[in-house]
Amino acid sequence: MSKTEGEATWKDIEIGSIFTEPGSTREYKTGDWRSQAPICNFKRCIKCGVCQLFCPEGCVEQNADGYFEANLFYCKGCGICARECPTGVITMTEEGE
Amino acid sequence: MEKYGVYVPRLVPKYEGFASGHRACIGCGEALAVRLACKALGQNVIVTNATGCMEVVSSQFPNTAWCMPWIHTLFENTAAVASGIEASLKAMIRKGKRADKGVKVVAMAGDGGTSDIGIQALSGALERGHDFLYICFDNEAYMNTGIQRSSATPYGASTTTSPAGKVSIGQVTWKKDMPAIAAAHNIPYVATATHSYPFDLMDKVAKGVATPGPAYIHILSVCPTGWRSAPDLSVRLGRLAVETGIFPLYEVEDGKYKLSFEPTKLRPVQDYLKLQGRFRHLSEETVKEIQNRVNEEYAKLKEKAL
Amino acid sequence: MGQRVGIEVSLAIAEAVKLANVDVVAAYPITPQTHIIEHLAELVANGELDAEYIPVESEHSAMSACLGSAATGARTFTATAGQGLELMHEVLYVASSMRLPIVMSVANRALSSPINVWGDHSDLMSVRDTGWIQIVVENGQEAVDNIICGFSIAEDHRVLLPVMIHADGFYLTHVIEPIYMPEQNEVDRFIPPSRYPLPLDPDNPVTMGGFGPPYIYTEMKKAQEVNIRAAKEVILEQWDKFGKSFGRYYHPVECYHCEGAKTLLLTMGSTGETAMAAVDKMRGGGKDIGLIKLRLWRPFPFKEFRQAVRSAEVLVVVDRAISFGGPGGPFFSEVKSALYGEDNRPKVVGFVGGLGGRDITVGQFENVVERGIEIVQTGSEQEFEMFGVRE
Repeated sequence: MSKTEGEATWKDIEIGSIFTEPGSTREYKTGDWRSQAPICNFKRCIKCGVCQLFCPEGCVEQNADGYFEANLFYCKGCGICARECPTGVITMTEEGE
Repeated sequence: MEKYGVYVPRLVPKYEGFASGHRACIGCGEALAVRLACKALGQNVIVTNATGCMEVVSSQFPNTAWCMPWIHTLFENTAAVASGIEASLKAMIRKGKRADKGVKVVAMAGDGGTSDIGIQALSGALERGHDFLYICFDNEAYMNTGIQRSSATPYGASTTTSPAGKVSIGQVTWKKDMPAIAAAHNIPYVATATHSYPFDLMDKVAKGVATPGPAYIHILSVCPTGWRSAPDLSVRLGRLAVETGIFPLYEVEDGKYKLSFEPTKLRPVQDYLKLQGRFRHLSEETVKEIQNRVNEEYAKLKEKAL
Repeated sequence: MGQRVGIEVSLAIAEAVKLANVDVVAAYPITPQTHIIEHLAELVANGELDAEYIPVESEHSAMSACLGSAATGARTFTATAGQGLELMHEVLYVASSMRLPIVMSVANRALSSPINVWGDHSDLMSVRDTGWIQIVVENGQEAVDNIICGFSIAEDHRVLLPVMIHADGFYLTHVIEPIYMPEQNEVDRFIPPSRYPLPLDPDNPVTMGGFGPPYIYTEMKKAQEVNIRAAKEVILEQWDKFGKSFGRYYHPVECYHCEGAKTLLLTMGSTGETAMAAVDKMRGGGKDIGLIKLRLWRPFPFKEFRQAVRSAEVLVVVDRAISFGGPGGPFFSEVKSALYGEDNRPKVVGFVGGLGGRDITVGQFENVVERGIEIVQTGSEQEFEMFGVRE
């Protein structure tokens, strides 16, 4: 677990300020950014995976039933998945509704 | 063609070399392009990156989105750093200091870091024939520093250093043809791609990295922030850029041009321009100018591909 | 012991790089460094040195290629001079802050404008703050020996910093000197194999050159500063080890008749040898004078330097570079600053000359010492004086 901003001392810095944990941005919650969230109506879902393919965050995952769902920890609410879904499964809804 | 392959996504490699949690803008086409490219590259690569959007959003202390070895140093030297890495791997493997695991070198830079400040290093690396893949992620301006124009900014686009105003239409020069410049170095593989045709992009990246010698891929990356377009339209805009002939998809293999996708009829450029705030100020006349030039350039490209 | 040969110093430097068995050379030609990289190209072309030679398209790319090479764990070398050093300026900071062990030979040359390819220290002085370890040599033997030490210092895990070996352009690079060239097996025993601790390798992916916002940049710089200071101990250790292996010992500060001398002359680089002749002459004439020669420029050897000048009354510093509108020669101002807090310190006087390949003669050293003593007694309105100027 890398130290967060504001906590690391000069002794914590690796040589040359190298970061040694690959993919560690996975700790960072970009889900806080969104003002709209994707709501899915899986009745229409044909499990094509286009939403997963086009998500810039790479946060769409297949759930236990095989349907594709955005991981809300990361989802920024861009709406690309809703726009590209061929069967209209996803609707972007105001966050907090 | 792969445009119709939308139902194949489940066969796409699951590997995410560009991890979630990066700080790219909402709807960033470049992040999508990088993510797709990383899928095609796999883990056995070393990536050098220029200063720019992708570097900044992916590597803020203490976190990194990169799952492969990655190095960023400066803005204009990506191709030079890649040259050094390629040479060092070659030397160390030959001298028995490192096992030969087929590691490939990939350079990533934006349009500024490629066609402007980085063009010297790129030209040098291509001329020397290093075995590496150079990917230019083109969002058509210096986006990371606040949307300033680059030589890849299209004619008529309004940026902060080529703003549309009372006596200017914005960018007054035509977009620099970087793929042609790369091809002029007689390298084995040059290609254009965009994130809206993901299989085409991934195929080309895989091909580029496997090609011995230098390879250059130019990827149009939609930037909703800089292009002033709706974030959910990033994939659509990439598609429109191709369908209007503004950004044709093609490959140049050992000097031979080959179109990747030929729309039966080009859509009018207005379909593409009207969705972007950076072109909002354009008069009908300028749009016509652009349409004519696009037609001309597309015809020239088709000639080369015959 | 090695064979003693008459060899042009540039070629000897290239031979030393060959002895060190570098993996990658990325270099761009510029007078007066050209013979170094030409000879290296020849050695590679003849299979005498197994290395990748990257004929880059500019010095900026030369140092950038070195970054990539060193980051992958290869032993890396480049050389440049004057304008070339300036062109790669921004990359130098990156090399040191990213802790990449690169060795670079700099053929010190005057800076434009006007264009002047001959030797002086303006390029050397322009890179003081870049965070590199910097050693200034006086003759060809020192150049060869310190290139070899350069690699063992740079790659030491306690250091992992790039090293510059400064050698006066033309005065050293283009002269033939008698040099003991070490044997290959001796050098193999002296320099351990390169093992960068966190190289770019898919087996253990790291991110190098991440973004350092205000909340962390200070800590990163503190770590860098602590590291370069600590490197001094390793440098002394390696020099001692070199002495034991090859019989030639190097120290941060060299003393020539300086014990107890009331007046001291201070030089850096090849003029040290002329200064020695001048000191001999002056002492022959009854003057109480000695010579201090600085060899380790960065990290500055405060302890050794203060010790060496402690009992002198006058210290005359000769700079081969100028800081326009500033306190004089950069060497002079650093030295004054190093002595400011000392209870026992000499009065320091600064002179600038030998610019752009203008020779400094024995006579000029004598004049400068006279004038320095005079200034100490009567004062001067100027911060420093230039000598050898046609008025």
